[in-house]
Amino acid sequence: MIKRFSKKGRDKVDQKTVVELRNIRKEFPGVVALDQVNLQLKTASIHALVGENGAGKSTLMKILSGTYTNYEGAVLVNGQEIHMKSERDAFEHGISIVSQELNFVPEMTIAENLYLGREPLKRGFLLNQKERSRKAAELMRMIGLHFDPEMKMGDLSVASRQMVEILKAISRGSKVIIMDEPTSALTNKETEVFFQKVRELRDQSIAFVFISHRLEEVFSLCDEYTVLRDGKWVGSGRLRDVNEEKLISLMVGRDIQEIYPPVMPHGDRVVLQVEGLTGAGFEDISFSIREGEILGFAGMMGAGRSEIARAVFGLDQPAAGTITIDGKPCRFRTTQDAISAGVAMATEDRASYGFVGVRSIRENIMLPNGDLFTRSGFWQKPKINEAVTRICGNLAVKAPDADTLVGNLSGGNQQKVVLAKWLVRDVKVLILDEPTRGIDVGAKQEIYKLITDLAQKGLAILLISSDMPEVLSMSHRVAVIAKGKKIGVLENKEATQDKIMKMIVEADK
Amino acid sequence: MKKLKADELYRKYGIVLILIILFIASAMINSNFLKPQNLINILKQISVVTIIACGETMLIVSGMIDLSAGLLCTTSMCFAAGVLSATNNVPLAIFTGISIGVVCGWVNGFMITHFKLQPFIATLAMTNVLQGVVQLYTNGQSIGGVDKIRFLGQGAILGIPVPVIIMIIVVVIIAVLMKNTKFGTCIYAIGGSEKTAIASGINVNRKKRLIFTLSGALTGLAGVVLMARLMAGMPSVGSGYEFDAITAVIVGGTSFLGGIGTVTGALIGSIIVGLINNILNLLHVSTQYQLIVKGLLIAGAVIIDIKTKENKKSR
Repeated sequence: MIKRFSKKGRDKVDQKTVVELRNIRKEFPGVVALDQVNLQLKTASIHALVGENGAGKSTLMKILSGTYTNYEGAVLVNGQEIHMKSERDAFEHGISIVSQELNFVPEMTIAENLYLGREPLKRGFLLNQKERSRKAAELMRMIGLHFDPEMKMGDLSVASRQMVEILKAISRGSKVIIMDEPTSALTNKETEVFFQKVRELRDQSIAFVFISHRLEEVFSLCDEYTVLRDGKWVGSGRLRDVNEEKLISLMVGRDIQEIYPPVMPHGDRVVLQVEGLTGAGFEDISFSIREGEILGFAGMMGAGRSEIARAVFGLDQPAAGTITIDGKPCRFRTTQDAISAGVAMATEDRASYGFVGVRSIRENIMLPNGDLFTRSGFWQKPKINEAVTRICGNLAVKAPDADTLVGNLSGGNQQKVVLAKWLVRDVKVLILDEPTRGIDVGAKQEIYKLITDLAQKGLAILLISSDMPEVLSMSHRVAVIAKGKKIGVLENKEATQDKIMKMIVEADK
Repeated sequence: MKKLKADELYRKYGIVLILIILFIASAMINSNFLKPQNLINILKQISVVTIIACGETMLIVSGMIDLSAGLLCTTSMCFAAGVLSATNNVPLAIFTGISIGVVCGWVNGFMITHFKLQPFIATLAMTNVLQGVVQLYTNGQSIGGVDKIRFLGQGAILGIPVPVIIMIIVVVIIAVLMKNTKFGTCIYAIGGSEKTAIASGINVNRKKRLIFTLSGALTGLAGVVLMARLMAGMPSVGSGYEFDAITAVIVGGTSFLGGIGTVTGALIGSIIVGLINNILNLLHVSTQYQLIVKGLLIAGAVIIDIKTKENKKSR
C-alpha cells in the first residue's frame, strides 16, 4: 500500500523556480499539439504533469528535453531564456529525461552504463576500470543502493534500473529530471521504495517532473500539478488543495460522477470450473465463474495471476489440474484448443500478444476467426466485412475505416480491437489481463461499460488487474492471489483495499 | 475528386511509378529497347529469379529468410538434368527437381522450428551442404542430354516464352494465396507479431514449416526452368540467385521487419532490376558498373521506404 507522504515542513525549504515554460505552442502538420501552455518547475519539488493520452504531456517534455527544437514561446532556465538545440543542449543546462523505454545496455555492467561515453581514463586514453567502479559505488551509496557496480544491468529489477538511470542523470549534474511513466512496470512494493528514493533526491534540491496515469501515485508522491487537456493548459496548483475527482474532471473536461458501472446480478450456472491447477509460478489454484459473473484476480504483479490465466488459455501447459467448461472437462494443448472451447483472452502485453500493429483492423479481427470466415481456406469477404462493421460499431472503435493499421490507433482503441477479434465469435469465457493499463480515463469508462455489458450477455469474465479500485468496483467476487497461491475470496460487498492488502501482507510472512 | 497525398500515392503506386519512369527513360535513351523481342527477353531473363522471389517474399513477410535458395536451385537443376539424361522422362525430371526443393525446404523449416535455429544460420548451413552435394554429384561437370525438356525453356505459347508463363502463373497463385486465404493472413501475422499469432490460436511452427516447404518447392521449380533454359544442369550457375531474389523483394516494397509486402511488388521489383540491367547492356555498360547500380538501387529502395514511413509517423 502506498503511504501518503507527510508534507509537513515542506514549505520551509526555499523553493525557487528553475524552469519556466511560457506560452508554448507547437504545431505538427495539420495539428496544433500544444497551445499557450505554461509550466513552472521549482527546486526540491515533484511536479505531476497529468492529462489524457494525446493531451500533449510528452510533446511538452520533448520540448523541454531538447528533442523538439521547433516551437513558439519561451523556455527559461534559472530565469534566462534558452532555446534548446538538441538533447545534449538540454543536458548541459541540467535537464534530463528518464523515458518509458529506458536507455541502457543490458549486457554491460552498472558502472559501465553509468559512465557510458565519459569513462574515467588514466594517462589520457586507457580505461580506468577501478576508478569507474569506485565512483559508481559511491554514487549508488548516496541513495542507499547496495549493488555490486560490476553487476550486469540486465540482471537488475526494473525499479533498480530506473534508479540507475536517475543516478546517471544526477551524476551528470542534472537539476531537473523528467520521469515518464516510471512506475508502469513496477510492483507496488518496488514503487514504494522507488518513491522513497525520489523523495530523498527531491530534498537534495532536485526538481522532478512525474508523468503518470495513476492518480493514486500522483497524490502519494507529488507536491504540485499541472493538467493539460487537448494541448491546452487547464490548471496548476498544489496537490494538497485538490482531490482525485477534481483532478479527473480537469483532465477530461467534465465531471465524472462514477467511472464504474453498477455491479449487475449474475446467473447460477457454472461456466468455468478450474480445479487444482498447478504450473510454473502457481500451485493448486481452484475457482469457478458462473454465467454473467465477473471474477476479479487481485494481487501484486508477479504473484502468478497472469500465469494462471495463460494456462487456462492454453498459452502455457499446466503440470496438473483440470479445467471444465459448461460441465465438459477440457485439456488445452494449444490456444487453438482453448479458442474452440470458447475461451478468449486479452493479454496484459497488448503490443506483443494482442494485435499485429503493422496490419489493419480488419485483418486483426480475421486472424483468430478463420473457422468462421473461410471456406476451404479462402476468406469470404462479404461475411468478414459485415462482421467487422458490426463489431466495430458495437464497440465504438474510433478509426477512419477498417483498413487503418492497428499500430496507428490510440491505446484505448487498440484494446477495443483486441476485444473485437474475440467478440465476433461465441465466447463463453473471457479473460482480461490488465484491460485498462495505459488507457486514458475516458476510454477506461467505455471499457468498463463494455465488460459489464458482456457479463450481462452471459459471459463468464476473469478480470485481472493491479488497479485495486478497478478490480473492487467491477467484480462480483475478488480472489486474492499471492506467491502463486489463492489465499482467499471476498464477495464484492465485503472486499476493501485494506482487507486485500492485509491478506497479501499476511501471505508474505 | 479525392485528393491523394504524395506519400500515400507512393505507398500505393510508388513502385509502379518508378517502373513507368524507368521504362519511358529507357525508351528515350535507346531505340532498341522498345522492340518486342527485347521486352520479352527481359521477362524471360527475370523468370527464374522471380519464381524464387515469390518464395522469399513469403519468408521475409513472415520474418524469415532463405539464404540457401540459390544453391537449392542449382541442386534441383543438376539432379533434374541427371534424371532426364538417364531416363528421358520429362515429368519424372520435373518431379525430381520440385521434390528436392520440397525436402530441403522442409528440413530448413524443421531446423528453425524444432531446434530454434535462426533462419539465417539454418539456411546458411544448408547452402554449404548443398554446395558439397552438387559438387559430389556433378564432379563440377555440366550435365547435358536434356533435349526433351527444350519446350519448357525455349518454347512459346502465343509468342510468350514458356518460362514467362510459368512465372506469371506462380506470381498469381502466390498473390491469391497471400491475399485471400487463411494461410496468407497467418504469414502476415507471424511476421507482424509472432506472439499475437500464437495467442490467436495459430500453430506458428507448422505454418513456418509450410512456408519453407512451399518456398522450397518454388525454388525447385525454378531450378527445372533454369535447366530447360540452359539446356543443361550447370553446377556453377544458381549461386547468388538468392540475393537477386531478395533484391527484387526489397525493391518491391517488402519490409525486412516482417508483416508487410506482396509478390506483385516482388515481380515489379524484379522487372525494375531486369530493366536496369537490360538498358545498361544495351548501352554497353560493363557488368562491374551494373553491380554498382544494383547496390545503389537496393539502398535507395530501402531509404525511400524508411522516409515514407517517417512522414507517416510525424503526421
